[in-house]
Amino acid sequence: MNYGSLTWRLVALIATLALAVAACGPAGTASPGAGTAAPGTPAAGTPAAGTPAAGTPAAGTPAAGTESPGAGTGSSCEGAEPGPFFDQAECEEQLALRDVTPEGPDGQPWAQYLEPDFVDTADWAMDGEAKVCFSNAGVNNPWRVVGFETMNAEVDIQRDAGEISELVHVDAGGDDAKQIADIQDLVSGGDCDALIVSPNTTAALTPAVESACAADIPVIVFDRGVNTDCQVTFIKPIGGYAFGADAAEYIVSQLPEGGNVLALRILPGVDVLETRFSAAKAIFSQNNIELLAPSGEFTDGDPSKTKQIVSDYLARGDVDAIWMDAGATSLGAIEAFEDAGLEVPPITGEDQQDFLQKWSDDGLSAVAPTYPTYQWRTAIIATVMVLNGEQVPANWNLPQPLIDESNLAQYLQPDMPPLHYALCGCEEMPDFPERWQNVGQ
Amino acid sequence: MTTGAPGADRAVSKVAKRPPAYSAAGVRRSLLASAPIFLVLLVLLIAIGVMNPRGFDAGYYVALLKRAAPLMVLAAGQLFVIVSGEFDLSVGSIVSAVVVGAALLTFGDPAATYPVMAVLLVFGIIVGLTNGFVTTKLRVPSFLATLGMLLVLQGGVAAWTAGAPRGSLHQEFRVFGREGVTGLPVIGELPYSVIILAAFGALLFWLLHRTNFGQQVFAVGGNARAASLAGISVARVRSGAFVLSAVSAIVAGILVAGFGGLSNRAGEGYEFQAISAVVLGGAVLGGGRGSVLTAMAGALTLSALFALLNFMGQPNAVRFVVQGLIIIGAVAYASYRLRQSGS
Amino acid sequence: MSAASARLAPSGLLAGARRRFAASSSAPVYVALGAMMVVSFVLIGPRFLGYDNVLSILQRSVALGLVAAGQTLAILVGSLDLSVAYVVSVTAVLASVVMQGNPEMMIPAVIVVLAVGGLIGLTNGLIITKLGVNAFIATLGMALILRGLLNATFDNFAGSVPREFQVLGYGNVGPVPYSVLLLGVVVAAVWFLLRHTRFGHHVYAVGGSEETARLSGVRSHRVIISAHVLCSVAAALAGLFIVSRLGAGAPWVGPDGGYDLESIAAVVVGGTALAGGRGGVFGTLAGVFILATLDNVFNLLQVDPFIKDTIRGIILISAVAVYALRLRGSR
Repeated sequence: MNYGSLTWRLVALIATLALAVAACGPAGTASPGAGTAAPGTPAAGTPAAGTPAAGTPAAGTPAAGTESPGAGTGSSCEGAEPGPFFDQAECEEQLALRDVTPEGPDGQPWAQYLEPDFVDTADWAMDGEAKVCFSNAGVNNPWRVVGFETMNAEVDIQRDAGEISELVHVDAGGDDAKQIADIQDLVSGGDCDALIVSPNTTAALTPAVESACAADIPVIVFDRGVNTDCQVTFIKPIGGYAFGADAAEYIVSQLPEGGNVLALRILPGVDVLETRFSAAKAIFSQNNIELLAPSGEFTDGDPSKTKQIVSDYLARGDVDAIWMDAGATSLGAIEAFEDAGLEVPPITGEDQQDFLQKWSDDGLSAVAPTYPTYQWRTAIIATVMVLNGEQVPANWNLPQPLIDESNLAQYLQPDMPPLHYALCGCEEMPDFPERWQNVGQ
Repeated sequence: MTTGAPGADRAVSKVAKRPPAYSAAGVRRSLLASAPIFLVLLVLLIAIGVMNPRGFDAGYYVALLKRAAPLMVLAAGQLFVIVSGEFDLSVGSIVSAVVVGAALLTFGDPAATYPVMAVLLVFGIIVGLTNGFVTTKLRVPSFLATLGMLLVLQGGVAAWTAGAPRGSLHQEFRVFGREGVTGLPVIGELPYSVIILAAFGALLFWLLHRTNFGQQVFAVGGNARAASLAGISVARVRSGAFVLSAVSAIVAGILVAGFGGLSNRAGEGYEFQAISAVVLGGAVLGGGRGSVLTAMAGALTLSALFALLNFMGQPNAVRFVVQGLIIIGAVAYASYRLRQSGS
Repeated sequence: MSAASARLAPSGLLAGARRRFAASSSAPVYVALGAMMVVSFVLIGPRFLGYDNVLSILQRSVALGLVAAGQTLAILVGSLDLSVAYVVSVTAVLASVVMQGNPEMMIPAVIVVLAVGGLIGLTNGLIITKLGVNAFIATLGMALILRGLLNATFDNFAGSVPREFQVLGYGNVGPVPYSVLLLGVVVAAVWFLLRHTRFGHHVYAVGGSEETARLSGVRSHRVIISAHVLCSVAAALAGLFIVSRLGAGAPWVGPDGGYDLESIAAVVVGGTALAGGRGGVFGTLAGVFILATLDNVFNLLQVDPFIKDTIRGIILISAVAVYALRLRGSR
């Protein structure tokens, strides 16, 4: 056996592979514009005609915060790439909603609405206790875990009040095809008085939701949306554009001389997450902030994968800021900096306890837009209202507070588990805090 | 057993004219024949130094080793199973179970660290014994037995956490994967994970290459019937290999928990990476040949390759392409050599 | 194997059929499926066997059934295919991108997709036979390559499928959905291929012992390659079905469905031995139905969905143990 030629052959193999891969490099790193149906044309074409948002930059103040971003943040929805997940008008609308005062019961943001468009539900009114069915995209991330627990607590309240007999819960485990089949099962099973759907991805679940509507059951959609209007009400906080813009505006304010930002995203194909990114991307491009990865880096919502991704970027160069579309992986990103012996740059997160705690303890430069888990309560409340014939908004927009330096202290709850979400709307509910402290045990 | 595909692995048991793999001459020959992996590793490490914006940074190499440690530990354990002629597909889910289990069992309490580690170790031994039992006594091919175990563990982890990770890992637990001995010259910090890796690797090396048990593993993998006729308890040897593989997964899991933190998919894909590393290091699927050092070197090579791709600015996805090409290439090459020299 | 049992003196048609059934390597899975149906009926009530529910189970079986039918061929020949999940993803995305929502592109897309599937299978087969690479590594490597290529180019849904094509996923002909028809046709075709063609005989021969088959004049390499081509084409059909359900293809649809390991599980639970040479496609189908029924029953009974994986693992191990012990007993 000739070890010499053996060695060289293996070395040659590796070298050839490396060269081949390097040769495909520029093409390989091409931004997947193929990802969206429209090719990635620069959006310079959108006319800047007096869009309402033009008036909002100074007023880009989030509903609950006080600091306005530094001058010249020009936060509007211009400069965004057109595509299935970007709607200029809706973007402007959401940014404007940030400043609208909510209507509804005081101190109960989960039952409040912004600029409601009421519809009649007298047709759906029924007597007696209702059997409510719920097709859940999954409980596969901490946000959904807290949300689902809160929903169940609300169901308990409604059960005690004699409104609901039971909640039939079907979990799709994050799989579109399964959720489609699940909805078909629930609808054909024939005895749901109402169907709540939290869709896994937007386009894929649309036919299934439409078929549910056609089966003469009141359908309540919340959290992620679908491409139809057939449901009775669609519940969500203000939305992704506002969320992404809040976070992006903060980063812009922290990088007055420009710089780069690493956008970390949990998963693609979900409208509420895509809109966050498209709004942020627009704002970054208006302010000369470079996006290190043109469509962001996907983390699957996994903190250790996030840490690996950030470490990889740090090995290659500097990262001036971190923008995240959801906060569950924020600790992973922070740790990557710590492990590399670097100071944590401006970072955005969400209302998770561990992020808020770290922010407070280490004095980070951070901000936390929220996508309140209390919407899981609203889904039940809305269902009960519909089945009682009360009017509900067809598009139920919930308040979406922003946590920043000024109000961080009031949202910090050190007794709660690290993966608890501050905006759960659960503080006044029975069994608080034990029920949420023991979630999962 | 093997998946019965035509090719090299069937040929292995037929080739008779070479020193028995478990003799001293056989080990040396096996090592030398696999020497290329060390050279490949060296080339990669040099290439990394060239591409690194910070140059030949000792600290970076140490960080690389720290990151590769879990996979290297896994590869060493998987090697035992592969040398004995089997597969262990359950190691990835064991790692996930360790990360999630540690968070749930300690629930952030630093004092629970060592007791929980002991519990996890016992858990690993039980899993290994179960794999061994199902493979040897129930006669289920190891591919399927460990696949079944993968599903059972995955389901168990999902059921326990109801979908998203709960509890938390205290720094006390994470120190092994994340911290190290600081204040050292040149490299700055010597991570605990590297120390653990070296110790565990030495232990496994001794077990495989310097003990009777190790010789039996080679014998069983080379020709199970002959080994059994020679008085070796094939069932016990195979079970032992599975136990070692599972225990190495526990150790790797502790390191991963430390390094990456809480995540319920921490171990995803590790089983295939471990098998790839072992194959890359020169072991033959089908049993009878392999070495702990080259398996670990294979793991480090994979990690170094990914690091190099990162420096080259390649998107994450390219790593998969390269990994796929490499494992096909490595096994094709080994098979080619075997056909040339053997039958 | 059915040839062997036919040699047993048949006494009457029914007795002969029963004997053939008992000797069939897949008998246990039919028994298990039947038992599962009975238990489910008892637990759930008449609703379980209602049209809607049966339809639901059948619909859930289509994707996995198509992939598993192809996998049966690969395993029968003594090989296996770990790349099917990514073949599904690639074909779903490819179909979606080629069609771009345009009904006129449906046929070209289907042709392209089936050709690509066949090509992947051909490559797998060549790597295994000509390069002498173990099937596990060869197809694992292919899966990784496909995954890398796919993820490097797409990170989101891509293209779209016209409503006309979604008829495959949602439409019925009479009471029977098109998708179930497709599954039926494919399974019947595979059965016919295995039982009534020379190729089928060769498949069993090569799976039983490649050496012996080759010595008897069978071109074993060609048989193995063909089996892999058919396996990948079946996976491509599954990809087409899935994309018709989802409306657009995305890189994760294959792995999300777990088609690689689940199809192997279904085949093995159905009585086909992993070493090859024994088994058949109806057993596989029964295995697929068991898994789909499990899904359905769990939903109806509101059982914790996460236990499902654990139960699946236990079923897999038990099934294979039963077959292995049965084999030992019959020798």
